[in-house]
Amino acid sequence: MTTLAPRVPSRFLPVLATVALFVIAFGVGSARYDGFASGQVIANLFIDNAFLIVLAAGMTFVILSGGIDLSVGSVVALSTMVTASGLQAGWPVSLVIVAVLLIGSTLGLLMGLVIHKFDIQPFIVTLAGMFLARGLCFVISVESVSIKDRTFRDVATAAIRLPGGVTITYNVVIALLVVAAAMHVLHRTRFGRTVYAVGGSESSALLMGLPTTRVKVGVYVISGLCSSLAGLLFSLYMLSGYGLHAVGMELDAIAAVVIGGTLLAGGVGYVLGGLVGVLVLGTIQTLISFQGTLSSWWTKIVIGVLLLVFIAVQRTMVRR
Amino acid sequence: MTESPPPVVEMRGISLAFPGVKALQDVDFRLFPGEVHALMGENGAGKSTLIKTLTGVHRPDGGQVVLGGDEVAFTSPGEAQHAGISTVYQEVNLCANLTVAENILLGREPRRFGGIDFPAMRKRAKEVLARIGVHIDPASSLGEHPIAVQQLVAIARAIAIDCRVLVLDEPTSSLDAGEVAELFRIMRVLRDEGVAILFVSHFLDQVYEISDRMTVLRNGALVGEHLTADVDRRTLIAQMIGRDLGALEAIEDAAEKRHPDGPVLVHASGLGRRGAIDPFDLEIRAGEVVGLAGLLGSGRTELARLLFGADRADSGRLLVDGAPLRLRGPRSAIAAGIAFSSEDRKGEGLVADLSIRDNLVLAMQAARGWTRPLPRRTKDQLVEKYLKALDIRPANPDALVRTLSGGNQQKVLLARWLVTEPRLLILDEPTRGIDIGAKAQIQQLVTTLAAEGTAVLFISAELEEVVRISDRIVVLRDRRKIAELDGSTTGVDEVVELIAGGAAPEKVVS
Repeated sequence: MTTLAPRVPSRFLPVLATVALFVIAFGVGSARYDGFASGQVIANLFIDNAFLIVLAAGMTFVILSGGIDLSVGSVVALSTMVTASGLQAGWPVSLVIVAVLLIGSTLGLLMGLVIHKFDIQPFIVTLAGMFLARGLCFVISVESVSIKDRTFRDVATAAIRLPGGVTITYNVVIALLVVAAAMHVLHRTRFGRTVYAVGGSESSALLMGLPTTRVKVGVYVISGLCSSLAGLLFSLYMLSGYGLHAVGMELDAIAAVVIGGTLLAGGVGYVLGGLVGVLVLGTIQTLISFQGTLSSWWTKIVIGVLLLVFIAVQRTMVRR
Repeated sequence: MTESPPPVVEMRGISLAFPGVKALQDVDFRLFPGEVHALMGENGAGKSTLIKTLTGVHRPDGGQVVLGGDEVAFTSPGEAQHAGISTVYQEVNLCANLTVAENILLGREPRRFGGIDFPAMRKRAKEVLARIGVHIDPASSLGEHPIAVQQLVAIARAIAIDCRVLVLDEPTSSLDAGEVAELFRIMRVLRDEGVAILFVSHFLDQVYEISDRMTVLRNGALVGEHLTADVDRRTLIAQMIGRDLGALEAIEDAAEKRHPDGPVLVHASGLGRRGAIDPFDLEIRAGEVVGLAGLLGSGRTELARLLFGADRADSGRLLVDGAPLRLRGPRSAIAAGIAFSSEDRKGEGLVADLSIRDNLVLAMQAARGWTRPLPRRTKDQLVEKYLKALDIRPANPDALVRTLSGGNQQKVLLARWLVTEPRLLILDEPTRGIDIGAKAQIQQLVTTLAAEGTAVLFISAELEEVVRISDRIVVLRDRRKIAELDGSTTGVDEVVELIAGGAAPEKVVS
């Protein structure tokens, strides 16, 4: 009886549900609005949400390990600020990129170490990190700083032509590369599997002799790195740095990951789920803009309802 | 036994204290290659603590650990494993969300091109599982399998590396007889290969069957080290509990003297739940001990959960005091005076991070509601009463439940329900994984409770215990009630016959 496994393992069900949701949402849009079912609309989903895709990938690591990272939105803002002011001060683009990524991962490392060494809830530590990063933005400048650097603008506006007249930006390519890398690390390496083990049962993972410390701190470094990278993408998207950029974006990332079927309690979920989660959020936004008469805050309402439904569904699945 | 080679493990003068508890005091321990060494002692004697000191979970306050001639000081279980010490713990300590193969090989999985080589990993896991005679899909999730299989997977993990020392901390408490025999076969193979095996079990039969040498601990101190052949059971038990063993016999006498003819307290007719247990009839009288006998997975726990309202019945009805009662959940059961002490004391019973005192008053406070807090004095009286009545050690109400041994945790759980003065007390495996002294105390308590008029539904995998203690025995097989016997006239053999009942006994491993 133990060898009889169901055709589709139950661990894939939440992700499949999200994919189905995406297909339905997109199908509804295609049926109701002319021009909705075009390649460019899909491409725009990626273009407009590239930074969120990267954030969700990093967030997936943290949530799988049983933690949470509330600082990512602020780190995005800080990254845009460092990028814009760095370029304004005449730093070369490569130096700016290195500086931004270094700041993000160092912040992540610090938060991870605090969480581990003092055994404090990730919620509160990353909340502190969120305020810290947001505050640092305004230390740099209280104004919005626009980006005028030539190379940077060129990269931002460059379009990659795909067959069928569809264009995407470099942001999309980077985001997809990040997703691929995250999938490899999480699903195919020892570090990644240990993330799952820690999320499943930290005490068991420790007794199994797994390097739980490295993993628990490492996920925050990865999330910090992803946040700063997302910040760079956001700078490319907005072409400005501002302390009030990306307010509440951490919650969008968490929502996307959860809608993508990752269990908030940790241990269950996939990187791809987060990606599909972002696409679902993007589709809802697109649907509402096509509809035309509804305000954009309807997006928030729909996301709220969806989130509730998904958490309820997950709950019932875990109980069984 | 011939002259032994030098010991592979030598622990000298180990001491360790937890807040409020002196867990180990100046303990010496030797383990030789190619032997099965049993670590004996009551609950709280320090067996698990000594093991955890060896495997790097705890660091001793004093003393030294020598492994293969070199002094070692492990700071994590990973280091101990690296040095060749593998451990299988009493509670399955694996990750249910990962696959079987990952649970066996995580941390030492085959890799290729910078990633885990999953096909090779599954193949290797299959080989290891085959070595111990388990044939399950390595790619399936661990959580899909019953606890007994998970335990075997834990053993597979332990032997997947070339270990010099294999520690088995009560590996048999969730295995059936066939699986135990299989485990012993594996242990003998490993022993003959020169592995030193440290074995902990509360089943004396198993200890005498498998072990070559034993070390006895009591209250965190060393009592003695013997060759198994040199000690008879009486001496061993006397060493372990440090007192005379007339208690068990007295229980049987008490059970036979009682003739419960109190009013029917609980009457279930046709109660059942699809997929859990077929509809059954059951009457429990006040002051009666009803035993539930059956194999692992025969529906014992499921039946109990229906009576407690933890699962909703989909057929039949339940009468309490002759009036129908619809159980909407444990709350309504508790309100009707039904208490359920779960077999999973870690997951469903106690709050590990609270003190003994807080755990004790939890159920009672819940019954009173938060608007009527218990006065501190009442709490203290209650706690003192039950600490004494159940001989909970350490007798310190502020000790965290987490730091107690299994048997003492079980007693705290029991005490917590006793505080609410239930009319029907359901005990699901109250004696699993605890030693003979604590067992006797718990059995004694059950008979005392019954004499005071409490109805008890007693579930245990140990038939002797069920037969000894019960006025009536209900036998389950394949999720069906198949017989109801008079406890005073029934012997163990009769029950075994019924459970075996022509059909081959259920086997968990396919």
